[in-house]
Amino acid sequence: MRFAYAAASGPSTFSLALPSLTIEPGQQVALVGPSGSGKTTLLSLVAGILCPLQGTIRVAGSALVQDGRPVSEARRRRLRLHEMGLVFQELELVAHLTARENALLQSDFAAGAGLSGRELAERLETLAQATGLAGRMGAKPDALSQGERQRVALCRALLMRPPLLLIDEPTANLDQATSEQVFSLLSQEARASEATLLCVTHDPSGLGHFDRVLDMTELQASPPTSAEART
Amino acid sequence: MSALLKLAARYLAHYRVRNALLFACVALTALLPLTVEALMRTSGLALRARAAATPLVVGARGSRFDVVLATLYFRGRVPRTTSMAELDLLLEGGLGLSIPVLARRTAQDRTVVGTTPEYFEFRSLAPERGTLPLFVGDATLGADVARALGLDVGDELLSDRGSVYDLTSSYPLRLRIAGILTPSGTADDAAVFVNLKTAWALEGLGHSHADVDELDPGDRLPGHGDANNVVLNAGVVEAQSLGPDEAARLHYHGDPKDLPLTGILVVPASPKQATLLKGRYRVRDDAELFVPSEVVEEVLGLILRLKRFFDANVAAVGAATVLLLGLILWLTLRLRARELRTLARIGVSRGAIATLIGLEFGLVVGGAALTALALSVPLAQALQRALF
Repeated sequence: MRFAYAAASGPSTFSLALPSLTIEPGQQVALVGPSGSGKTTLLSLVAGILCPLQGTIRVAGSALVQDGRPVSEARRRRLRLHEMGLVFQELELVAHLTARENALLQSDFAAGAGLSGRELAERLETLAQATGLAGRMGAKPDALSQGERQRVALCRALLMRPPLLLIDEPTANLDQATSEQVFSLLSQEARASEATLLCVTHDPSGLGHFDRVLDMTELQASPPTSAEART
Repeated sequence: MSALLKLAARYLAHYRVRNALLFACVALTALLPLTVEALMRTSGLALRARAAATPLVVGARGSRFDVVLATLYFRGRVPRTTSMAELDLLLEGGLGLSIPVLARRTAQDRTVVGTTPEYFEFRSLAPERGTLPLFVGDATLGADVARALGLDVGDELLSDRGSVYDLTSSYPLRLRIAGILTPSGTADDAAVFVNLKTAWALEGLGHSHADVDELDPGDRLPGHGDANNVVLNAGVVEAQSLGPDEAARLHYHGDPKDLPLTGILVVPASPKQATLLKGRYRVRDDAELFVPSEVVEEVLGLILRLKRFFDANVAAVGAATVLLLGLILWLTLRLRARELRTLARIGVSRGAIATLIGLEFGLVVGGAALTALALSVPLAQALQRALF
């Protein structure tokens, strides 16, 4: 698989080339590597937010991209909405919704993905307790700390027990103790729902929670000499 | 859809000041043209209905608009009046029902209409309470007047003085409220009805004072009059209300045939009689016969011509508003790029995102337009009551 795009300024390009990467269903994988090595880009490719120039990406047995030809945008979005839990680096919370409403946002559009309203409410309560947000679910993002926003995003990703969890830097703004809690929670939740977990992290203390650790610098083949952008 | 509605409601509530401003701007922009449109439609209908219900009007030769508007809708003043002599001519001709109307004075800024009982029968007006103005000094109020002034049967209403700077103008008279008319949705609701004698008294053409024999000899103007014709000076106190005693002494100086009328409603018994009447008035120099429906169409035609200029202005303002709304939408999308990207990244479809934006914008703009539409109807009705 090969992906590339032009830098926002200047003539340089970013490129990512992976000869092969297979993650088994239910496996919990940590993705490490230096900044700019393509960890976040890889998550976006697996999520179908970005599309590679060449190669194939298969998620849960179905091709998201086949020989450089992606499935339709609508299908990729549907897959993300119903089958994936995502935490982005920018957290991506909606400013005019409370923490509770933000956590429920994906499930609102996915019609709960098989869970009833009551089940969702109970599950959200559990997740809020586990992440230490129980008393903060009525607050809006601008009233939350960066760490709290991060945990709200995590609650949203875990709420519907999706089969694929794509998590980007879940502990970037958390202290050591809370980081440990978050990694434990992620691991437990993934295991309980037999979900596949692909998590980008810079935090070496949490690597023990994962079945497998991948280093982006080792995964990449030689970068291409020229590239073009496509998302 | 419920997720979209919930999200739209949260957005509108969170940015309520911004959205309220947009709502108010759109509502105010839409309110004026919608009100004018509703006013034109309802007033046009009302004007046409009353004109169609009044076959012919006789008035002094001159402005057809003034005579018809003053006689039918009690608006404005005729520059020249017709007279009781004209009414006598019509009655002698026997070509239909003739109803005199004198509408020149006001009481509490409401037009006082002097007429005969035939008027109420012709307009199908009946008192809701009390009686018609059968006696001198009685007034029967239109429904809107009674409600606005808070008057009821037995109360009194003081007429307005013609001009505070005119020392020769008649003094105000106290009118007894004899009845309140049932609402009719026409100009009659905004009028105060009296009988013709009272109307002339309000004009200062008839007056009442103590009997000459009971007056002080000093009230006689020396060197004027004789045994049969007594001339009194300005010191004689005129009655300021017309009770039974004053009514009995009410008298007019001059020829009763010259007493003025704003116009005379004429209801010919047949088309043939209408044709005869039209022919008769074609050769008259001092009086004219008008067909109200033709005059009203002419008035509305003039108004419609003016309204075209207004419509062109509304179209220009509307186009500018649409462009402005487009700009606001574009800026809003730019401001909300991050939020919309979030929705896209968690997998919300393009259609759902577009529906969400449309829903939010539609609720504000559509809600404002609907509010303006809803407000335009009562506003137009209020304006119609004030203007016609």
